[in-house]
Order: sequence, then C-alpha cells, then structure tokens
Amino acid sequence: MKRLLDVSDLRVMFHTYRGTIKALNGVRLWLNEEERLGIVGETGCGKSVSALSIMRLIDPPGEITDGEVVFEGLDLLKMSEEEMDKSVRGKKISMIFQEPVSALNPVFKVGFQIAEAIAHSNDISMDEAYKKVPESLEMVGLDWKRSMELYPHELSGGMAQRVMIAMALAVKPKLLIADEPTSALDVTIQAQILQLLDELVRMGKNAVILITHDLGIASEFCDRITVMYAGNVIEVSDSQEVFQSPLHPYSKGLINSIPIIGASKVLRGIPGSVPDLVSPPPGCRFHPRCEFCFDRCRVELPDLREVKPDHFVACHLYSDDSKEG
Amino acid sequence: METEGSNIVVSRRNLMLEDWKHTLYLWRQNKLAMIGTVIIVFFIAIAVFAPLIAPYDPVKVDLSQALLSPSFEHIFGTDQFGRDIFSRVIYGARIEVGIILLVTVISGAIGIAVGITAGYFGGVIDEILMRITDIFLAFPNLILAMALSAMLGRGVFNAIIAISLVGWTVIARLSRAEAMKIKSLPYIEAIRALGAGNLRILLLHILPMCMSPVLVQLSLRMGSIILTAAGLGFLGLGAQPPTPEWGAIVSDGRSYLVDQWWISTFPGLFIALVVLGFNLLGDGIRDIMDPRIRR
Amino acid sequence: MEALIKVENLKKYFEIKKSMLSKPLQVKAINGISLEIPKGVIFAVVGESGSGKSTLGRVILKLIDPTSGKVFFDGQDITSLKSKDMIKYRKQMQIVQQDPYNSLHPRKLIKDIVGEGLKIHYKLSAEEIYLRIKEILECVGLREEHMFRYPHEFSGGQRQRIAIARALVLRPKFLVLDEPTSALDVSVQARTLALLCELKENFDLTYLFITHNLAVVDYMASHVAVMYLGKIMEIGSKDDIFSRPKHPYTVSLLEAIPSVGKGKRVRMIPRGEIPSPVNLPKGCLFHTRCVQAKDICAKKDPQEVEISPGHMCRCHLYS
Repeated sequence: MKRLLDVSDLRVMFHTYRGTIKALNGVRLWLNEEERLGIVGETGCGKSVSALSIMRLIDPPGEITDGEVVFEGLDLLKMSEEEMDKSVRGKKISMIFQEPVSALNPVFKVGFQIAEAIAHSNDISMDEAYKKVPESLEMVGLDWKRSMELYPHELSGGMAQRVMIAMALAVKPKLLIADEPTSALDVTIQAQILQLLDELVRMGKNAVILITHDLGIASEFCDRITVMYAGNVIEVSDSQEVFQSPLHPYSKGLINSIPIIGASKVLRGIPGSVPDLVSPPPGCRFHPRCEFCFDRCRVELPDLREVKPDHFVACHLYSDDSKEG
Repeated sequence: METEGSNIVVSRRNLMLEDWKHTLYLWRQNKLAMIGTVIIVFFIAIAVFAPLIAPYDPVKVDLSQALLSPSFEHIFGTDQFGRDIFSRVIYGARIEVGIILLVTVISGAIGIAVGITAGYFGGVIDEILMRITDIFLAFPNLILAMALSAMLGRGVFNAIIAISLVGWTVIARLSRAEAMKIKSLPYIEAIRALGAGNLRILLLHILPMCMSPVLVQLSLRMGSIILTAAGLGFLGLGAQPPTPEWGAIVSDGRSYLVDQWWISTFPGLFIALVVLGFNLLGDGIRDIMDPRIRR
Repeated sequence: MEALIKVENLKKYFEIKKSMLSKPLQVKAINGISLEIPKGVIFAVVGESGSGKSTLGRVILKLIDPTSGKVFFDGQDITSLKSKDMIKYRKQMQIVQQDPYNSLHPRKLIKDIVGEGLKIHYKLSAEEIYLRIKEILECVGLREEHMFRYPHEFSGGQRQRIAIARALVLRPKFLVLDEPTSALDVSVQARTLALLCELKENFDLTYLFITHNLAVVDYMASHVAVMYLGKIMEIGSKDDIFSRPKHPYTVSLLEAIPSVGKGKRVRMIPRGEIPSPVNLPKGCLFHTRCVQAKDICAKKDPQEVEISPGHMCRCHLYS
C-alpha cells in the first residue's frame, strides 16, 4: 500500500512562564493507506501533541519548531491556514477526541452538527447535508429520529462518541486520528465503540492513528504500534511483535507493568518518574530510569533504527549493525 | 522499599516567593494598575502623615479668616467658619482610611461567616441565610445605608456599621459559591473520614480557600465605600460637624457653590481621585488574577 | 475468619430535585446489598458507571448515611451512630480516593495534611507528631524532607502515596480504596499496587478495593463482588469469578477487556447503553442488554442463587 503520512524530525515546544517545554524531540512517524497505527505511551510522552501537530492545531504558547509532516506528498507544515482548513482538516484528515460530550457544541442539536460537518466536507448546502444525516446516524448504530433532535448534554458518553464518529467518518477521510476515544467510557461501552470503529474503518478503508495509553486496545485494534516516551519515539513494530518481543527497556518495563487476567507474574513497574520536559535529561531521555544505561546513553540521543525486519528501536543497546529507520 | 527520587515535576521550595515575584512583574506591566497604586499610596501617606502636612488645625474656628479664596496661605481656601480647607481635606483622609478599614473588616467578617455557613451546610440553613441576604440586597445601597444610619443615629461609627451592613452581601455570595465548590472536593471528604468535625473543616479548610477571591472583592469595593460614606456625610447622616469627613466638607460648601466654589470642589476632587485610584487598582488586580489562573 | 465488615440489605437512595416545582427524582444508588468482608482480605467491588460501587464504599464508612439496612464493623452495629460516637470508629476505617490531584488540600504542607488525623484524635507533642509523620512517609516510600512541600510539587503517583500515608497514620484496620490507581499511568500503577500489598502485610489491613478494572482485581483481590445499577449480580472468590463466571454481565465484563498480544478475537459484547439509575429497568436490571435474556427476565427480579459455597449469582439462568 502507498505511503500516506510521513512525519520526520517533528519538534514542538511550549513556552510557559516556567520555561520552555520541549514536548516533541524529533518525532518520527509513518503510516500507509488503510493502515492502523497505534501510538501508545504514558502521560507527557507527546502522543496527543503529535496528533495535534499533524492537524496543525498547535496554538501559542505552543510552536512547531521543526520537522516535516508529509501527507499525500505535501508538507502540511508549509501549507497556509486557509488551505489546511479548506482541504485537510475535516476533509482528508478528521479527528475524534477523548471527552465526546465536551467536544460537541452544547448549543446545537446533534442533527445540526452532523449536517454542518457533512456540508463543510462535501461543499454542499446545509439542506442537502441534512438529508444525509439519518444515514450517517444509522451507520453508527443510533436511532436517527430520536438522536437528531437531542442536544449533546442529553447523550450518554457512548452515544456522544458515536455521534463524533459519525461526524468524523461522514467526510470519508483518508486518515482518522482518534485521541483516546474510549478512555472516558465504561468498559462494556468501550468494547462496543471499538467494535463499531473496526467495522466502519474497514468498510470506509480509512487509515487510522489511534492514540491510547491502553496497550490492550492498541494491540487488538492496530496493525502497527509506535511507543513514545518523553517526546521521542522509542520503538515501532507490528502490534503483536511489540508485546511478544519488546526491545526497548522502557517498552519491556511498560509491558511488564500491565496486569493480565490469569498471568501470575509480579508487576514491577518502572522506577523513577517521567522527566521534567523543561530541563529533560541529556542524551536518551529514559537513561536515568534505565537499568541498562551506559555512558553513551547519557550524552547521545539514540536514533530510531530498524533492528529486525519492520521492527525499529531507538536505543544504544542495539546501535551496532542496524540500518537507519 | 523503593524510595521516590527528587526529579519530580516542580520541586522548587520557594514557589511562593516566585509567585510573588511574578505578581509584582505583572503589576509593573499594567500601567493603569500602577497609576492606581500611586494614587492609593499617596492617599494612605496623606492620612498617615496628616499632622506633618496640614498647616492648620482643621477644626479651629476663626471667623476673621472666613471664606478666603485659595491663596498662598490657604492653598484650598477657607470655609464659612474660617477653617483651612486644605488641612480639613488632609485630616479627612485619615477618617476615610479609618472608615474603609473598619467597613472592610466588618463586612468581610459578616460576609464570610454567613457565606461559608450557607455554602457548606446547604439545605435549610442555606435557604434561610440566602433569603436574609436577599432582603439586604433588595434595597439600593445608599438608601439602605441611609435608613440604617438614621436608625442607628448620627456619627461616623454608626455610619461605619450602616455601610458594613450594606456591603456584606456580596462577600456572602462569593464565599458561599467558594464553599459550595470546595465542600464536594475529595480532600474535604478525606478530612471528614479522618474524623474532623464541621467547625474544624469550616475554619481550617474552607475559610482559607475563600480568602483569595474575597480579598480581591473587598479591594474592588473600597472605592464604593468612600462614595457611600461621603454620601452619608453629605446628607448629614455620617460624620457630624466639625469632623472633616470629605462628604461633610462638600456639604458645608453647598450654599456657597457659586461664589466660594473651593469649599465643596476640593474635597469633591479628592473623593473622585481616590475612588478612581481604587477602581484602577481593582481592575489591575482582576487582570492580574485572571491570566495567572489560566497558567 | 470472622467478618470485619458486614453489610445487611443496605440501601441508599438519593433525591435529585430538577427544579423547585418538579417532583424530585430518586436515584437508587445502592439497592439491597448484603456482603461480608473477612478480616485480612482484599475484597474487590467491580462495576461500571451507575453501579453504586463508590457509594457503597462511602456508606460503609458512614461518610454517607444509609437510607436503610445495617452496617457492622468488627461485630458492632454502626448504622445509626451519630458523628460523636463515630469518632472512635473513624480511627479504624479510612479511605484513599481516586483523584490524586484533588484529594490533598492544595494550600497545606504535606506534614499538615498527613498529620491532621493525629491532631484530631490525639493530644501529642509536636515532636511525637513529627516522628509519626516521618515514619509513615518512609513506609510509603517518601522522605522526611517531603514533609515541607506542597502537593503541587509531586507527581500523581507520589500524591497517592501521600494520601495513603494520611490514611495510615492513624493505624486503621480497614481501608476503602476507591479506584486508587485509575488516574495513574500503568507503570506507576504497578508500583502503587505493590506498595498497597506490602502495606497490607505490614499493617495487618483489610481492603475494600473498588475498581472497574478486572485485571487489577485478578492481581490484587481474593474476593470479588460484581455490581450493576445498585445490586450485586455475582459474588464469590477470585477463582469463582474468573474461572467459573456465571452471570452474563460478569462474562461480558471479562470479554470486554482487550487482551494484550493476542490479536483480534470475537467477543460477546452486551448491546445497548447502561440504563440511567434514575430510570431502572423492570425485572432483572441487566435484561435490557443481556444476549441470553428470556421472557421472565423482563418481569421478575431474580433472587440470589448459591452456585457453590461462597459463590452467589443473581440470574434466572440458575434459579
């Protein structure tokens, strides 16, 4: 399949009174058409910031200071705001968020908001767009007659997320970015939503970037997984591979921390805590917490290299005999 | 046993100091707030150093010097009793400062007490206290102050009580809102689980959290306290002669407005200036608080 | 083992007034819960939104008064005790809450937060209080100097440790843990759970562990109760629930958990939304979403059935 998205050396900073937060430190991501990529990591790793950067939704005090975001051959970072609005946001790339009820406009009915999304993306009038709303709602499993007339606060979390999905997929985007779409939902509703997304995305042939802290979800839903830590991508591989043979010490630690039903291992966790991104540690940002740390780790940031076929790691343990990622 | 390291999110022990430095920095940036600060500092200085600044005794009557227009000897002129207006205005600043302080403390105390009790306990207590507050709020400030003042009798102290009884309602509402917000936070529940009684929670946990917005509100109201006091003084309900309260001085000059304009004008100007100062200061405080919260 | 906590037919109904004029709505948060927590165990209560699990924890601690039913602590009926009489029980039962960012007073030093319990219950000298605070902070993996800092200077995981220290400074017997790790990153969760296990051994504690995460339940607990809309659907030992789940809701909870490293699989996912606690379904509470629902399920609320000693299920499939 064709390469859809190529993000290289993405750097993002946030200027606050405390200092400059170096949120993204040269992020490397890539995605093919119809592929599903999961971005996993813990708090502060930069997964949401990466997604927002792709959509150019980083506002001051944030700033994209470097890098390329090549989507369908064009660098989105060099595009004008109007062009982004007109042809990319809500058209070629759409996004759904974690708190669905808050992501919807509270003063307009659901039907109106979906119609608005359809009208914007297909460049048709609101009247015509309204005609497509029932189909859109049925597709996500909602009773359109009732749902169209509801306001966001009248929806449950699961219903609101379905509405968001309807809006996001009505535009038939090439790429859907889902930022923690089920984290705020109950477990059984989460399962429903993921199943729905799975079906719709398969039918619509959309590529998906799924951002989550839940490795189980990433494992089931995604083809490939990117693990991030403190603003860097530290491991990328096929979603089964990363769990069966993680290479990076952080990935290993993370996977060892997940409680699994029936497994009788002791959960160890990872000692220390995530670094302050205003003055992050030099070299590899994980080195202060890494049991395998040696001198090189303290001074040089490791590159993301292909260490096994389609398995990339950014770690000096694997720095010899490997090709660039 | 594994021990946590110190490489944690923000580990500055002097965060309070840094906070202050940042506040002062923002303060200096805000031109209007600076102007307001200057005016108020000036005002307080006059009040404190009154005996050193005023050239004459503010209450001594000397009819031979009556109704003199502003000159080198009497910068603001004299009134119908021969009293130097400048000295009267200077000493008047003391009275104004006194009024502001006392009203702020009294209305603040009543307001907070009513507010946090109503907000924390809710239910019937809240209903009763809020209805009482509503009754006080139903009347326009000055009218109510006048009525209370008339009831209590004349004089500065009664005026202070009257103005306090008018002003506490806003503070009550504010404290109530804060108390309601805080009482449902987890840490209050945790303290109840520890066995803390209601009084302890109110005084040690809820009250400190209300202080910040209440103090801001109290400083925003200082300008209007002066206006109300001056209004009462003007109407003869507050300060009694010969007390040189600014409103009373303005009232003294009422019959002489056309020919001896200086008697009413100068104290009036001072009232306007100080109220302006408080308003600018208040706006500045609001501006500074706002973006800091967004941080 | 005798029960440290016993709850009999506990009910808590909340009244919500939508406006001054309309009739108040009734939320049956807990609707007839009976269970026993033996001394020294970790007893997990699992459920989703509206299950009533958080309310249950708080009613047991008497932070919320029950509408009806009884609560026994160490054999004593504490149901109707007034606050005065509850004070001596407060020392023995504490809570650790979910949100580490709002569970510590933001304007107080750690030493004041952790030491508050001591000041309420005991007349100790300043030195003694200092020593006890230092001791308990060290037990949770923090250091003496941390006493002089403010909550905002700590990470989420550390704040939870402080909350645990605050709860343990009074040396309680029983701890209600309300989703203590749900707001934490996975790697921090692992360490916090390890700490909780260690403290349980060292301090001889009994836990009521409230969570929606069944994997954590499997890791920590020995007894499990599954709640749905205010009632217990199934209750038993960990082994009963995970190896031999009987209630369709329990099964769907287990199925709903995405599994790590196993790829996609077909699962039995319940349909429909979780009903609002204001508008409970008639008959069996779960029937609106149950794929195995029969006619009787819509009409009659099932009784509890004993599957095996200690393992009970509330479902028409087994009655």
